[in-house]
Amino acid sequence: MDLDLTKPSPEGEIEHALSRVARRIDVGASGISGLRRLSGGASQELWRFDLVDGENFTPVILRRAPGGDRVSETAAGLEVEAALIQAAAKAGVPVPPVRYVLAPEDGLGRGFVMGFVEGETLGGRIVKGEAFAAVRPKLARQCGEILARIHTLDPADFPTLKRTTPAGLVDQWFDSYRATAWPRPVFELAFRWLRARCPPAPPIPRLVHGDFRNGNLMFGSDGVRAVLDWELAHVGDPMEDLGWICTNSWRFGAVEKTVGGFGDLDDLFAGYEAAGGAPVDRVAARWWEVLGSLKWGVMCSGMSNAFRSVDPSVERAVIARRTSETEIDLMRLLAS
Amino acid sequence: MQDQPHPSEVIGAVAEFLRTIVVPKADPLTAFQTRVAVNALEMMRRQLDLAPAAEAQEEVRLTALLGHDGALADLNAELAAKIGAGDLDLATPGLSEHLWATTLAKLAVDQPSYAAYRGVLAERGGATDTDKHKT
Repeated sequence: MDLDLTKPSPEGEIEHALSRVARRIDVGASGISGLRRLSGGASQELWRFDLVDGENFTPVILRRAPGGDRVSETAAGLEVEAALIQAAAKAGVPVPPVRYVLAPEDGLGRGFVMGFVEGETLGGRIVKGEAFAAVRPKLARQCGEILARIHTLDPADFPTLKRTTPAGLVDQWFDSYRATAWPRPVFELAFRWLRARCPPAPPIPRLVHGDFRNGNLMFGSDGVRAVLDWELAHVGDPMEDLGWICTNSWRFGAVEKTVGGFGDLDDLFAGYEAAGGAPVDRVAARWWEVLGSLKWGVMCSGMSNAFRSVDPSVERAVIARRTSETEIDLMRLLAS
Repeated sequence: MQDQPHPSEVIGAVAEFLRTIVVPKADPLTAFQTRVAVNALEMMRRQLDLAPAAEAQEEVRLTALLGHDGALADLNAELAAKIGAGDLDLATPGLSEHLWATTLAKLAVDQPSYAAYRGVLAERGGATDTDKHKT
């Protein structure tokens, strides 16, 4: 997790550099307009602007490393992220089209420009909004189908991505928990539970999105329009993605709808298997759901130290206090 | 002994001032950030109101589970270590009840509107301190 503080970027400088790059993004473009920073994306900058071609304005998105060049240790890296999105598009995964990958001579740091996709990403609206009532029953199956396609991407094409095993991830999150120096009996119980039931390293490691959940998916009235935020992609056990989208932290209050707060497990698994995914091991998916709650809990817990050191914001303090949400989720999974 | 009003009451008044006077006059970003601040103040007010009794009960349970008394933080750390080492588990009499009670007491402060918490309370069918505590 990137705990770097993102300082406000010099907007004028970015606008100037983008104007020079506009023609490389689109040969017809003579310049840009309407540059503005979008909210969301604490570990990466997200900007929206229009490519201007005479009377035509084409909206695009710039995804950029914070300050242009700060890259978190855990992230795949912006160029790899762009390559992942392009490979995913070829595999039939809905993604924003990559229009241009920044080069050093562009003077904008590391990042890429994507086409703008119209849609909703706010999890609460997907779960409760009237606009999604009709399509909601179809979403879990669509997510299963999309995950099966993501898991067909060839890990050999992405040699720099981190290779993980279930046991290795448990160790990694245990170390992060210990680093918070705040003993939590419920987390200890969950780590014991996970270690006692840890799946073996997958015989065929797959490309895992790593953050496939409600909040990182763009939805329209027709269903899933784009899979976003590929920065945590890695190679490992594909069940991880199926467990993470079921983690209660991403159900936005719709606890009874296991898949992202909008759908049912059977539909997710049926979609996954119908689109060519390996038969789902339900016990393993449950294991990954427990790891998902624990992982988010450890991240929230780590916010206390970040609050005291790099970012003394109220928001940071309040996120730290969300740790107990994951403790009750873990108690429901393990002790009810 | 400090004078009245109690910090909890003053924090409540500040939260109310921010919510009713400041938020309506603020620009959208400041209004959003002020609502986050109001939520944080209300959380701290709940902690001042609820934590002393909840932590006293937690200490009583920990003393029974571990067989000796001590400071709450030390007892909690010892319990965590014993669970981690496998010396205590959900089969240990009283452990599950303790973890549930402690977790529910945290949610009552941190996030009483969390759906999973509301669900557990409904299943248990009893009124809690949170219900009695107007937020």
